[in-house]
Amino acid sequence: MSRPLSLPAFNRHGVWAIYKFEIARSLRTLVQSLITPVITTSLYFVVFGAAIGSRLSTPGGVSYGAFIVPGLIMLALFTESLSNASFGIYFPKFTGTIYELLSAPVSYVEIVIAYVGAASTKSVVLGLTILITAALFVPIKILHPAWMIAFLLMTAFTFSLFGFIIGILAKGFEQLQFIPMLIITPLTFLGGAFYSIDMLPPAWRTFSLFNPIVYLISGFRWSFYGTADVSVGVSMSMTVGFLLVCLGVVAWVFKTGFRLKN
Amino acid sequence: MPDEYGAGPDIAMKPVISIRDVVKTYASGFQALKHINLEIDKGEIFALLGPNGAGKTTLINIICGIVTSSSGTVTADGHDTVRDYRAARSKIGLVPQELSTDAFETVWATVSFSRGLFGRAPNPAFIERLLRELSLWDKRNDKIMTLSGGMKRRVMIAKALSHEPEILFLDEPTAGVDVELRRDMWSLVRGLRDTGVTIILTTHYIEEAEEMADRIGVINKGTLVLVEEKARLMKKLGKKQLTLQLQEPLSGIPAELHSWGLELKADGHDLVYTVDSSNSIDISSLLKRMSELSIVVKDLHMHQSTLEDIFVKLVSEPA
Ligand SMILES: Nc1ncnc2c1ncn2[C@@H]1O[C@H](COP(=O)(O)OP(=O)(O)OP(=O)(O)O)[C@@H](O)[C@H]1O
Ligand SMILES: [Mg+2]
Repeated sequence: MSRPLSLPAFNRHGVWAIYKFEIARSLRTLVQSLITPVITTSLYFVVFGAAIGSRLSTPGGVSYGAFIVPGLIMLALFTESLSNASFGIYFPKFTGTIYELLSAPVSYVEIVIAYVGAASTKSVVLGLTILITAALFVPIKILHPAWMIAFLLMTAFTFSLFGFIIGILAKGFEQLQFIPMLIITPLTFLGGAFYSIDMLPPAWRTFSLFNPIVYLISGFRWSFYGTADVSVGVSMSMTVGFLLVCLGVVAWVFKTGFRLKN
Repeated sequence: MPDEYGAGPDIAMKPVISIRDVVKTYASGFQALKHINLEIDKGEIFALLGPNGAGKTTLINIICGIVTSSSGTVTADGHDTVRDYRAARSKIGLVPQELSTDAFETVWATVSFSRGLFGRAPNPAFIERLLRELSLWDKRNDKIMTLSGGMKRRVMIAKALSHEPEILFLDEPTAGVDVELRRDMWSLVRGLRDTGVTIILTTHYIEEAEEMADRIGVINKGTLVLVEEKARLMKKLGKKQLTLQLQEPLSGIPAELHSWGLELKADGHDLVYTVDSSNSIDISSLLKRMSELSIVVKDLHMHQSTLEDIFVKLVSEPA
């Protein structure tokens, strides 16, 4: 499909309508979508922070409870972005209301901006909620706030994009759950959310470097405490790289025929 | 606009939709449309008639951008629906065949959403008028899932009209709708037409096409078998049948009456005389001849074929 050349160059009312719709959808379940992660985070602190963490030494003299905060936020960011964005585009496909989106004067770029923008917004709000909750339990310091925000926004956007792709390609609800459950959660647990990969035996440490999640968590943690498993430059490059890969896949999905149409 | 000009056949109207050589083969390999060519005039009500699976929805969905055609082009108000989809789609409103709505949204929210989606700035006054016209105003704050089927269909119509389209597609607007709502729908459609909106509707109810349409297209097995002005169609294909109920049954048609091409029905009790556009009505001489033959007529009635008869005849012929 060629680029639209006519009329308004950007359907801002359309993008705004979708964005608002998506935000309203989660506001309806505001309690579940915020209370659940807050409770989960608190549990992590009780179990890992207090019970186990007191026996662990962590790099940089940061308490274990504080050490896991960036990892917890990242874990929530990954799973929420994926589920929000995949569900957001999959649900209209499932109920049939997608007809309206397909018959509307909105471009693919606008559709992506609206859906991915809304899912990212929710994830960022959630991430900040977890941060605030965590601050009630452990002393948090953020050495590099600008980097912290950059990692937060980019990760939310990238994983929402990833979720959007899953939602477009999914052929059933179980497929929506599949990637988050089978790939992202294990990779996150293995990716240093709860430990520094320096604590691992050397073989496992090398192996971990193939896990892209390591770089995201490491960079994010660095923005808090200034300590990292890998250099922040590498982390940022990986984050940007992952974003570009997702953008490329979205472009490819739309170029090779919008999977939403017959 | 239609009122100013009437529906005269010789007034040149600008086609608002132009369909050229459209073919659709689904991924399954099934060819749902075979070289469709059709022009829809501005301001008319066009009814697309056809049996289940004829390709009506497929054709509408191609025009609206929901299905991609395998080949061929469509323009809406002069804009190619693929290359220039933004301009084309902003002119079009669609009420699809299936009732698919956002169950958890309120009527007001969903209609306002549609307006925004189609690129229009918010206009609460317009939405209010629309909801009032469709008797949805009282329900504006209700969630869609709490509405009845007929109400949901009105919501779908409100959504389709929310961006003030110039062309409206109604894919079986009155399927599963009670008589009263159907009448409402018809008057709504006429009202829209009077404001200059072009309306294309599909229906299984011949009565509906007969009642509403300026022109009728009949589609069968992916082929447009006929496109005709309703009035002309009725005249051209409509035939009259005179049925004469006889006092005494006949065992055969008397030789003296052969030239009329009569048929004997109901075990010889009914004599049927068919008048179509090729022969002119000559009832008086028939009756005179019959009385000369002492055939006594008990009763008689005239039947004029409806669009339904025409339709059944068309689609039962191999396409
Ligand atoms: N996605 C699809 N894949 C394969 N075949 C399809 C698809 N959608 C429709 N068809 C087939 O295309 C043909 C035309 O379907 P369409 O929905 O256009 O018919 P219709 O005239 O609208 O029928 P109805 O009056 O029942 O609504 C049917 O034979 C249908 O089975
Ligand atoms: Mg149909």
